[in-house]
Amino acid sequence: MSKLQDLVVQTRRDILRMVHKVNSGHPGGSLGCTEFFIALYHEIMDLKEGFDMDGRDEDIFFLSNGHISPIFYSTLARRGYFPVEELNTFRLINSRLQGHPATHEGLPGIRIASGSLGQGMSVALGAAQAKKLNGDDHLIYSLHGDGELQEGQNWEAIMYAAGNKVDNIIATVDLNGQQIDGATDTVLPMGDVKAKFEAFGWDVLEITKGNDLDAILVGMADAKSRTGKGKPVCVLLHTVMGHGVDFMMYTHAWHGKAPNDEQLADALSQNPETIGDY
Amino acid sequence: MKKYIDSGKNDTRSGFGAGLAELGRSHPNVVALCADLIGSLKMEKFIEENPERFFQVGIAEANMMGLAAGLTIGGKIPFTGTFANFSTGRVYDQIRQSIAYSGKNVKICASHAGVTLGEDGATHQILEDIGLMKMLPGMTVINPCDFNQTKAATIAIADHLGPVYLRFGRPKVANFTPTDQKFEIGKALMLNEGTDVTIAATGHLVWEALIAAENLENQGISAEVINIHTIKPLDEEALLKSVKKTGCIVSAEEHNYLGGLGESIARTLATQHPTPQEFVATQDTFGESGTPEQLMEKYGLNNKAIETAVLSVLKRK
Repeated sequence: MSKLQDLVVQTRRDILRMVHKVNSGHPGGSLGCTEFFIALYHEIMDLKEGFDMDGRDEDIFFLSNGHISPIFYSTLARRGYFPVEELNTFRLINSRLQGHPATHEGLPGIRIASGSLGQGMSVALGAAQAKKLNGDDHLIYSLHGDGELQEGQNWEAIMYAAGNKVDNIIATVDLNGQQIDGATDTVLPMGDVKAKFEAFGWDVLEITKGNDLDAILVGMADAKSRTGKGKPVCVLLHTVMGHGVDFMMYTHAWHGKAPNDEQLADALSQNPETIGDY
Repeated sequence: MKKYIDSGKNDTRSGFGAGLAELGRSHPNVVALCADLIGSLKMEKFIEENPERFFQVGIAEANMMGLAAGLTIGGKIPFTGTFANFSTGRVYDQIRQSIAYSGKNVKICASHAGVTLGEDGATHQILEDIGLMKMLPGMTVINPCDFNQTKAATIAIADHLGPVYLRFGRPKVANFTPTDQKFEIGKALMLNEGTDVTIAATGHLVWEALIAAENLENQGISAEVINIHTIKPLDEEALLKSVKKTGCIVSAEEHNYLGGLGESIARTLATQHPTPQEFVATQDTFGESGTPEQLMEKYGLNNKAIETAVLSVLKRK
């Protein structure tokens, strides 16, 4: 567990340094999902060595809320998909690390472009159906922002999944309650997300401590045990946007804003180097 | 002039259905998706023979495009089926991000394109789809002219790696191309050699171009007729070779002149061999209810309109 915790802290540093360098990007949601990504890529998913687009005979992850690319890139690099030094090129011209994830530049680990919100659920379901056709009993994992659920395509996909018993998917919603313009309850109240998914026919479970590695591991193991039973599985992951950096927490202010030099120093001092900066 | 025989009117969408059924037998990785329009797209045979490879998505086209993109991850070759309007404008961002930018091997098969959809009216008659699709980097855009060619095109695109927009229509039209044709993406077909004017037509307008050429021959005008079934990539070589001989061109399509085949041809000619051109196309307008024939007449999309355009462009040589 200390190894995972070390990765969490190092990954937070990566996120902060990446967005600081180019004075742009989305640290808030990235920091809030750090524990989830590390748990997913180091404990939860069954992954092959190397990368191929088809992802046969391994679990596949799709990031629908593509703006939290810093955490995705850092996780992939530190899992060995591409050199960690390449994190230096985040958002720079001629980089494979585009502002939002893309397959276009051939970055290993990315299977679909995301950024224009609300599309990842459909893609994940398509990949889940392909796994069934191929007789591959591995799972599809996906992550979605809570504000992202305001996009209507999600509800087409959510309805489709239950109606067609796509039970080899675990779709996780990052419930941090924040979006660019403010709290989700202010911008467009979504009501009871759990009840909504359940009404659409999903099996829903909650991880109330979404920034606690143990809670995530237990919760995702529970989610995994619920697959293959005729219902798609939804995990409501309660996180704190900006987690791990005190002045970035409990606000939407750092959704899409980079820290300045002083703020970076402060943030990094709260997350001392563990396995080494890139 | 070379004679073409209509072997019996048929709809291009049935050509799609026949091609898809054949793919069901020959290509185990081909899967099909439909947004509640199975009968309109003539997909019944494929579904009957391959129920496990068919996905009914309901009236949810955005989800259908995303599902199709996802199905490619795992090696499937998805063919999506709905009307052209709902295959393009309604789901443009889904196609742009999840299919085109992501380089996914999805075949977007679109029926009921243009005004010949008929009585349902302008809400369903898209005249902007070629433009929307050809502007997407990496997208191949195909608009076959009859049943036989649509069937051949449907089969051919399964073996092309990359996203394709395949456009066809609702009405029964002349079926005059060979049953056993090999469809070559991006290769224009010379239907009639001529010396005075080039007529470059796509889709339903190809047959009309042949009728126009016959009428023009009776007036002593020799028209070269080229079937441009692939709008992107455009067969520039065939077009340039033809206009270098004839010196003028008429483009003909069931689409807005903005964004259509004519514009693609104009760009090619402007940059490589400036040539007088007239456009047989809709004039930046929406359609309306009516029979296909009435609408083709009213919106200037038939052989008479082509003939008029030829007479006009000849004066500009």
